[in-house]
Amino acid sequence: MQLLASWQKASGGLSGCGKMLPMLILGIESSCDETGVALYETGAVAGNPAGRLLSHALYSQVQMHQAYGGVVPELASRDHVRRTVPLLRKVLAESGKSLADVDAIAYTQGPGLAGALLVGSAFAEGLAASLGLPVVPLHHLEGHLLSPLLSARPPVIPFVALLVSGGHSQLMRVSGIGRYELLGETLDDAAGEAFDKTAKLLGLPYPGGAALSELAERGRPGVVSLPRPMLNSGDLNFSFSGLKTAVLVKVQELGGLDDQQRADVARAFQDAIVEVLVKKSMRAVKATGFRQLVVAGGVGANRELRRQLDAKAAKAGVEVFYPEFEFCTDNGAMIALAGALRFQAGLSIKPAGSFAVRPRWPLADLQGA
Amino acid sequence: MKILALETASDPGSIALWQDGNVIARSCPDGQSNSATLLPVAEATLKEAGLGFADLDGIAFGMGPGSFTGLRVSCGVAQGLSVARDVPLIGIGTLEAMALASGGERVIVALDARMGEVYVGVFEHGELRGEIGVYAPESVPLPETGGWLACGNGLAAYPVLRERLAPVVDVWKPEIMPDAAFVVRLAAPRLARGEQIDPADAAPLYVRNKVAKTVAERLAEGGKA
Repeated sequence: MQLLASWQKASGGLSGCGKMLPMLILGIESSCDETGVALYETGAVAGNPAGRLLSHALYSQVQMHQAYGGVVPELASRDHVRRTVPLLRKVLAESGKSLADVDAIAYTQGPGLAGALLVGSAFAEGLAASLGLPVVPLHHLEGHLLSPLLSARPPVIPFVALLVSGGHSQLMRVSGIGRYELLGETLDDAAGEAFDKTAKLLGLPYPGGAALSELAERGRPGVVSLPRPMLNSGDLNFSFSGLKTAVLVKVQELGGLDDQQRADVARAFQDAIVEVLVKKSMRAVKATGFRQLVVAGGVGANRELRRQLDAKAAKAGVEVFYPEFEFCTDNGAMIALAGALRFQAGLSIKPAGSFAVRPRWPLADLQGA
Repeated sequence: MKILALETASDPGSIALWQDGNVIARSCPDGQSNSATLLPVAEATLKEAGLGFADLDGIAFGMGPGSFTGLRVSCGVAQGLSVARDVPLIGIGTLEAMALASGGERVIVALDARMGEVYVGVFEHGELRGEIGVYAPESVPLPETGGWLACGNGLAAYPVLRERLAPVVDVWKPEIMPDAAFVVRLAAPRLARGEQIDPADAAPLYVRNKVAKTVAERLAEGGKA
């Protein structure tokens, strides 16, 4: 992994870990409605440290929450308790490793649902305390931010990151591990949240974001017109709640929608969001002078967004990097990876024992390298 | 046998270390969250006894009922401690341990469940009668006969509960609270008999299980989807 190489050069090699390479990092994610566990192995040779994901396992609670029309935090917490141990056993079995091989345990400390975060944290800390291992408590969004590094063709720091999920819409300047500067963010709804809420308006079952995108594929462009909020605001911020309202007004205007009209509205909505995301992302790249754009978070799986970003970026001579589809949504692999990178950089490492979750935690507060 | 017990169903939490019948019990410092203090207190207590986590033959946790968050802290930590070194794990009912702590033979345990309710368990000679339930204090079911000991902070929180139980209760111990020292006393003979659970199956006993309404239920009540 080139990125790792550049950090190690910058930080003067492995910062006092004092252990022979490779190192094995266990990652545990439980911030919302997905439980993820993964094992990441750092490179075997210093100076040529291509790390690799050994195994990962995920359990999504999405079906359980469907009946409630959204994530019920207490039920999410209860479910995580049932998933951590089986998922851990699965990644150990698949990798052929045992807990005795693990060098550090990384887990999501925040932001997210307090009760859900607590389950993964308690389990990770209990494991690490007994094994005498250090822990690396992580920021969930750092996992997303770095998740494209798990791809076969990873980006190299520095880059601009567009983080778009159900909880976040942010543009970040990434200059190093833990060195993240907020360039712009949503002033109200997150992009994924706007997708889900609009899907609900169109009568799609929860969580409707992905279904909305599918519906949009059958919609005709330009038939329905919607505003492009803050497209020309001159800054790198977003606003999506007005767009959702515009859809509501449009749906009421049109009266009972037939299938084609619903698809047309979905298309118009997606086009509006995508246009804003693409334009602001390209503007952010230009402002930083970087040549790489990383797209992370669940909305990063949106095919239309990828098509348009790729087209615009190609013209501008900018490279765009995406996580693998399976790592767009919450997962343990990105936590194991981010944990490995922080561990190697000597950042955020603490002895197991006392722990505290951070349900609200601005990414910009992270301690950097 | 060396057994570590964790109990965080209420604040402050506690831990206890069993060494062949000798029990060292420690309370977590008040005013701090159990997640901040539980493992450090456990580790310090083990150290005091010249032990480490690797020396343990069993892990026990108070299953609840109690604070949902607290229950998950103990359960999650216990799962981790158990899985890490393949140490046998057992869950112990929080109210059952309170009944033991009360010293009574016929005990009504009433733990404040907040939201105007109380968790109630009725124990005779250590055996649970019926099921643990969550009730409004004025509708807690009453035993047919008298001569009971009542314990737990539910008695202090709800004067109406005390009034209701008065005809059947002779001894009041509202100060009895969840305590790892009694969790470990119940766990030791069971673990010694080979009783244990797979850590994958470890789960709190919440009792209060209806925590949200489905879309269908909300619509049926005339609410919004």
